[in-house]
Amino acid sequence: MAKKTHVTTTINGEETEFLCEPRQSLLEVLREGLDLTGSKEGCNNGNCGACTVMLNGLPVDSCLVLAVEAEGAEITTIEGIAQQGHLHPLQQCFLEGAALQCGICTPGFIVGAKALLDRNPNPTEEEIRFNLAGNLCRCTGYDKIVRSIQEAAERLQSAT
Amino acid sequence: MGGLTTLSGFEYVAPTDLAAAATALRDAGGRACVLAGGTDILVQLREGMRAADLVIDVKKIPELLQLDYATDSGLCLGAATPCYQVNTTADVAEAYPALVDATRIIGGWQIQSRASVGGNLCNSSPAADSIPPLLVYQAVCHLAGPEGRRSIPVHEFCTAPGQNSLQPGELLATLTLPPQSASAGSAYQRFIPRNEMDIAVASAASWMELDDSGSTIQSARIALGAVAPTPVLAEEASQFLVGKAPTEENFAAAGALARQVASPIDDMRGTVEFRVHLAGVLTQRTLALAHRRIQES
Ligand SMILES: Cc1cc2nc3c(=O)[nH]c(=O)nc-3n(C[C@H](O)[C@H](O)[C@H](O)COP(=O)(O)OP(=O)(O)OC[C@H]3O[C@@H](n4cnc5c(N)ncnc54)[C@H](O)[C@@H]3O)c2cc1C
Ligand code: FES
Ligand code: FES
Repeated sequence: MAKKTHVTTTINGEETEFLCEPRQSLLEVLREGLDLTGSKEGCNNGNCGACTVMLNGLPVDSCLVLAVEAEGAEITTIEGIAQQGHLHPLQQCFLEGAALQCGICTPGFIVGAKALLDRNPNPTEEEIRFNLAGNLCRCTGYDKIVRSIQEAAERLQSAT
Repeated sequence: MGGLTTLSGFEYVAPTDLAAAATALRDAGGRACVLAGGTDILVQLREGMRAADLVIDVKKIPELLQLDYATDSGLCLGAATPCYQVNTTADVAEAYPALVDATRIIGGWQIQSRASVGGNLCNSSPAADSIPPLLVYQAVCHLAGPEGRRSIPVHEFCTAPGQNSLQPGELLATLTLPPQSASAGSAYQRFIPRNEMDIAVASAASWMELDDSGSTIQSARIALGAVAPTPVLAEEASQFLVGKAPTEENFAAAGALARQVASPIDDMRGTVEFRVHLAGVLTQRTLALAHRRIQES
């Protein structure tokens, strides 16, 4: 077994240290080493987006990032989206809008949608669909997801 | 360990110096691979298509993360600069629309946050979306190896599917694209069965420059993807347009000539006949779009 590397990173605002092998993906370390099991493994090859996290503010597939690459980075996972025990409007709207069935895709959609709304607070339907083309859902047919993101965008805007 | 499919073991280094990266690459004698955004290489390592004892992450080398643009000198693009950054840099997107047509459709956002144009080129797939645009812009590849540096035109870079002219220990450092005049326009399109997240069945990039009157094509270049072992320039079709008017008839005639350089394969994505047809149609459409972009600018 290759020797382990020490990595210091910031996850959901907290400085975090872990040991990992270079071959381990960020997804693997989040789920199996750090017990952050919210990020899901759908395909493990970059196609489904279930493992989406933000790396320095940009959404990435954590199955296609080596954990050692997280050195010095800022990572946001689904566990960091709710604040002080309150669901984020995206999470609330997904629940109210029935935007999930099995839920495997949901963490990836929420993190991806958060990244989108951080940059574009009022996206069109087309912009939502284009920017979340890397997130697959086999249950909902996408419409409820898109509508829930639009609803969350409205709530976020009227709150500010 | 749990149920995740894992990569087999390797060492990881992230040098900050290009020469050090090249030396490490050479010393590992074929057992090392370069990691830019990882969207090809990590998949290939995991699926056993490639094996490595050493992974050399080049994203700590400042030169490889450049994105320098000026209207009079053109673009200097670091080999590891992610597509997302190219897409969101307004003056670059305006000057090189065909490049951004491609970088906006390489995977989804998560892929674009990591995937680089340099990685797309070095992976050297016949269907790589950024290569036809690089061909029509006459990009130059600046390589760095343990013995020093050299530069080659992008049309000499890819040699066969997955193969290129990088020598052992050599890395792609930067790509430079010449400056664009206001009378130049360009576009890239591909055909895939869905709107996003798929590999091109066929693709075309077109570039043209009009004379001062705007009624005659002074210079033109057309490149095709996924219809030959490497992305290719359609020289005859490009030459045909020189001195002609930018009309739909001439674009269609160029499309017919472009079909002649298509020597595609049959596979699950498309037949030979369909790909040849697409080469013509996409050439015509990208020429029309390139022309429209000049008029609108
Ligand atoms: C879900 C998904 C969708 C995709 N969709 C598309 C698509 O629509 N169109 C498309 O064209 N591609 C697509 N790809 C493939 C891939 O994303 C692109 O080819 C991408 O541009 C590769 O860049 P990278 O930085 O991730 O390269 P990496 O994976 O890091 O590297 C690619 C190859 O180039 C070598 N390399 C990288 N940088 C250098 C360098 N500086 N010097 C020497 N060698 C180097 C690596 O060793 C490796 O062999 C997709 C991939 C995935 C996973
Ligand atoms: S598990 Fe990472 S994209 Fe599917
Ligand atoms: S809710 Fe099941 S995959 Fe989306």
